[in-house]
Amino acid sequence: MAFDNAYEALGEYTDDSRWAFGTGFDEPLAGVDTTLPAGVDGAGLAAYCLMLGDDALIMSHRLQQWCTNAPELEDEVALANIGLDLIGQARLLFARAGKADGSDRGEDHYAFFRDEREFRNVRLVETPNGDFAYSMARLLVFATWRLALLHRLTTSADQVLAAIAAKGVKETTYHRDYAAQWVVRLGDGTEESARRMQIGLDAVWPLVEELFHRHEIEHSLGAAGVAVDPTGLRAEFDAVLDQVTVTARLRLPETAALAGVSGRTGRDGVHTETFGFVIAELQSVARAHPDATW
Amino acid sequence: MTAITEPEAELLAHFEHTIDRDQRLEPRDWLPEGYRRTMIRQIAQHAHSEIIGMQPEGNWITRAPSLRRKAILLAKVQDEAGHGLYLYSAAETLGADRADLTDRLINGRQKYSSIFNYPTLTFADVGVIGWLVDGAAICNQVPLCRSSYGPYARAMIRICKEESFHQRQGFELLMTMMRGTQGQRDMVQDATNRWWWPSLMMFGPPDAESPNTEQSMAWKVKRHTNDELRQRFVDMSVPQAEVLGVTLPDPKLSWNADREHYDFGAIDWDEFQNVLRGNGPCNTQRVAQRRKASEDGAWVREAAAAHARKKAQGDE
Repeated sequence: MAFDNAYEALGEYTDDSRWAFGTGFDEPLAGVDTTLPAGVDGAGLAAYCLMLGDDALIMSHRLQQWCTNAPELEDEVALANIGLDLIGQARLLFARAGKADGSDRGEDHYAFFRDEREFRNVRLVETPNGDFAYSMARLLVFATWRLALLHRLTTSADQVLAAIAAKGVKETTYHRDYAAQWVVRLGDGTEESARRMQIGLDAVWPLVEELFHRHEIEHSLGAAGVAVDPTGLRAEFDAVLDQVTVTARLRLPETAALAGVSGRTGRDGVHTETFGFVIAELQSVARAHPDATW
Repeated sequence: MTAITEPEAELLAHFEHTIDRDQRLEPRDWLPEGYRRTMIRQIAQHAHSEIIGMQPEGNWITRAPSLRRKAILLAKVQDEAGHGLYLYSAAETLGADRADLTDRLINGRQKYSSIFNYPTLTFADVGVIGWLVDGAAICNQVPLCRSSYGPYARAMIRICKEESFHQRQGFELLMTMMRGTQGQRDMVQDATNRWWWPSLMMFGPPDAESPNTEQSMAWKVKRHTNDELRQRFVDMSVPQAEVLGVTLPDPKLSWNADREHYDFGAIDWDEFQNVLRGNGPCNTQRVAQRRKASEDGAWVREAAAAHARKKAQGDE
């Protein structure tokens, strides 16, 4: 009977190589040349990586909250996939930030030991999930915008960022496709689903404009060929949203943008009231055991 | 369609011959009604266990204390959804319907593994569930890779591979925590104390009180008795607990050189029966959550079906 069962082998204490993924865990960018390109401000690059990393981390957090709540098992699998891709993107971007700012801090520092006001994600990703229609409208908006951004970032003067973006393009193409298919199904499904889909799209729309504001860091790094200017993404975004909403028999909303505070929004660390609860949940265990290793 | 015209005795002889030769029965084969019902019950309960089992661990995804652990946990819970999908599909080859089976689950007419009616109270529970609960599940499930029903046996091969991976991840989390702070070691011990006895109950009632064992073993849809599997699990777990440095919460646990097995204390079967009757700490919550997801998603599924019908009409 010996060893026809993996459980039996657990107690065989040899060395750690039996773990499929090892226990001596490497940083996601281990072995990668993380030298800064000439003339690039490291602190600025780190701040930019945190913007894009925080978007991914918080969007993933909201998708994780769908787990065990999805309308069908196939969607449990799909939503978890997208959530996992985004955790992966966040990890790479946080690792890049830790190298760029010279602090050599690891990914978990940025996720678990920054305060609410230090997060730089757009407010779109932090709003509560609402119903499935709102979540799909939000994911369509997010993935369409992010795909356009990552596409352009593949030619960044920072080779590390360019490589992270190239990986993200493949993933985000699927995220956009998944969301677009649901928006079409719901928009052109039953009377009830069409009603909900329109409400979801209307509710997400005030958060769209913020995605295309250019932060001063994006401006300065954009000039150095490192960052993408988000104002240049709007035409592609509008074209995709037009196509999807026409196919889905939905109206594109014309609601006003959600105001910031004195013009400051997510990229400036000014978030919505609900964001503090996201951070409290995300960080609770890590902060209760600050000296622990996991 | 010649099968229908053959006399039933001949079909039954063929069925029994297939089992005797240790061959697999396939969806196209004639199956006795009792065998079909038993297999649907067994596979559906396994599928329900995967889906309900997403909840206790899913409880910690958003709070996982490192990004690496978060990714591992989310991927694991996703795998469980995948296992549920394969298993419902295997049940469908016997004529069952996934939506109907889900209704039976949320109406309490079909069961799932009682272990998931216990709460996950700390992040260490994620590791202990991987070690003990997935470990016990593997002990139960590895023999099912030789089930006489082909689609189930094949699903189990894939599921067991993934379960083994999860189980090693759980053990590795516990090893890491045991090397960490005293607070982490205390969490692991506390979680072990809470999950050990319920894990032993996962093998089901003692053989003398197991109503379905005899027929299931004759049909080769079950390969070992509950008590045999439970003993194997205890024998394997004791040295693993030593490697980890945790104490299993049973003062009667000791090596018996005559039997060449560990002796262990009496299991509280009243507690097991109580949980089985629906009175465990989380029975109501687990089913209510599954019911809510199903009801909240009804309009989405209806919309998807309506859209598919429109597309099909448009394509004609």
